[in-house]
Amino acid sequence: MDLYRDLILDHYRNPRNFGHLDKPDVAVEDHNVSCGDRMVMEIKFKVKSLKSKAAIEDIRFSGEGCAISQASASMLTEKAKTLAAEKILVLTLEDIVEMLGTTLTPSRVKCALLPLEVLQKAMIKV
Amino acid sequence: MADVIKDFPLLKRKINGKPIVYLDSAATSLKPQSVIDAQDDYYRRYSANVHRGIYAISEEATEAYENARKKVAGFIHAPSVNEIIFTRGTTESINLVAAGIGKTLIAGDNVVVTIMEHHSNFVPWQQRAVGKNVEFRILNIDKNGKLNLNDLDTVITRRTRVLAITAVSNVLGTINPIRDIVKSVRRISPHCLVVVDAAQAVPHMVVDVQTWGADFVVFSGHKMLGPTGIGVLWGKTELLEQLHPYQYGGEMIAEVHVDRTIFKKPPQKFEAGTPHIAGAIGLGTAIDYLQSIGMDNVRAHEKEITGYTLKQLSAIVGLQIYGPKTAEDRGGVIALTVKDVHPHDIAQVLNEDNICIRAGNHCAMPLHEHLGLVATVRASFYLYTTREDIDALVEGLEKVKRLLSK
Repeated sequence: MDLYRDLILDHYRNPRNFGHLDKPDVAVEDHNVSCGDRMVMEIKFKVKSLKSKAAIEDIRFSGEGCAISQASASMLTEKAKTLAAEKILVLTLEDIVEMLGTTLTPSRVKCALLPLEVLQKAMIKV
Repeated sequence: MADVIKDFPLLKRKINGKPIVYLDSAATSLKPQSVIDAQDDYYRRYSANVHRGIYAISEEATEAYENARKKVAGFIHAPSVNEIIFTRGTTESINLVAAGIGKTLIAGDNVVVTIMEHHSNFVPWQQRAVGKNVEFRILNIDKNGKLNLNDLDTVITRRTRVLAITAVSNVLGTINPIRDIVKSVRRISPHCLVVVDAAQAVPHMVVDVQTWGADFVVFSGHKMLGPTGIGVLWGKTELLEQLHPYQYGGEMIAEVHVDRTIFKKPPQKFEAGTPHIAGAIGLGTAIDYLQSIGMDNVRAHEKEITGYTLKQLSAIVGLQIYGPKTAEDRGGVIALTVKDVHPHDIAQVLNEDNICIRAGNHCAMPLHEHLGLVATVRASFYLYTTREDIDALVEGLEKVKRLLSK
């Protein structure tokens, strides 16, 4: 298993959508206490309806964490921009693993999942 | 010390064709063949219960179990074998003491722990204080990771009932001067009980509970080449006699009547139920093994390895080591961080070369908060650790930097 593939390292070193939005519609923060990871997602919506085909106008993430959680957040925010809100809400661990293009040992699953959990919390806050 | 390697079967194993570099002995130690054999022998040849049957194999089991108790007593220089209580481990030993003492705490008392305690010597005391108007006080550390012993006079008061303190920090490696601390505490608060977490001390250096002068000393078997699930509580006889039983059941009973029960004397008073017989026998064999090497030699080897590691790591740019600066002042534990790299990533990259280290807060979250950190990487050593292991660690950390530095 090569967890630190080029794709993951690229997103870790040059995270997409990293930072803050001017006036986000929603901002959600969560932690992995055991790892000390912190993840914030800020979202601006096009139309505030779950039925909208591309609900997210813009998105940013920030916080601190390991390479896996940071790369997962970077890739997920890119993906989220292309998905309808209802599609985002049904994303699972399998989708994250496929997105990362690697396999995860049990101890790293929570690192990879943190961005999705924060994103989904943000989506249902709308 | 190189010839001990052959005694540890796990060190012969390879994963993906590469040997295992085991640097997590502070979490648990590897087991020599003799310890594995001793347990196996019990289960194969005389796996009867103890203190019961009047038949040969039960008497054999009882003798082996009680012989292990004698070995433990000798190993820590306990004045009486009846002061050795077998438990599941350090955690249960502390909980046993805390449960008993906790009942006697009254409003206005205080209990003191150090900021470098493992959760298992922190939370049991914190929880006994909560809601009882008993103050929970902290003895802090200086920038070198040593206890602020000048603060003892203000932290410990005449109402201090317990000082819970580790002999060696499982993160910083700091060796605390238990003997001096006990003397100071006795001067300030003569009735304060001193409970020493010796989980990182007994496996690695000569421990003499009488020299320390503490009231209770606890440790685990699995960190000293023994099996998991067996540990020790040592306490002074008069205190053990006063202490309330922790659990009720078989083995600890002198008489039971409908309206009352009389308990056996210590140690049986605290060993309700069938004990971990194989575990105790394995621990006794681990002590035989350590004594055949000599604890002074174990300590000397770890000091040498720790000094070598500190020197090699200091050459890595961006690497920060926590705790005392010299091997003289520390056990074989080194916690570190690498600038801008998360400890979990370090552990994961090292794992690619079978280098086993720990990443996280090492059950010492208050200490990490005090240091302003969420996690560190920890490498820890034992008598089987070699310079080659350390070289592999250094090479691995360089690889981490190449891969993950931004």
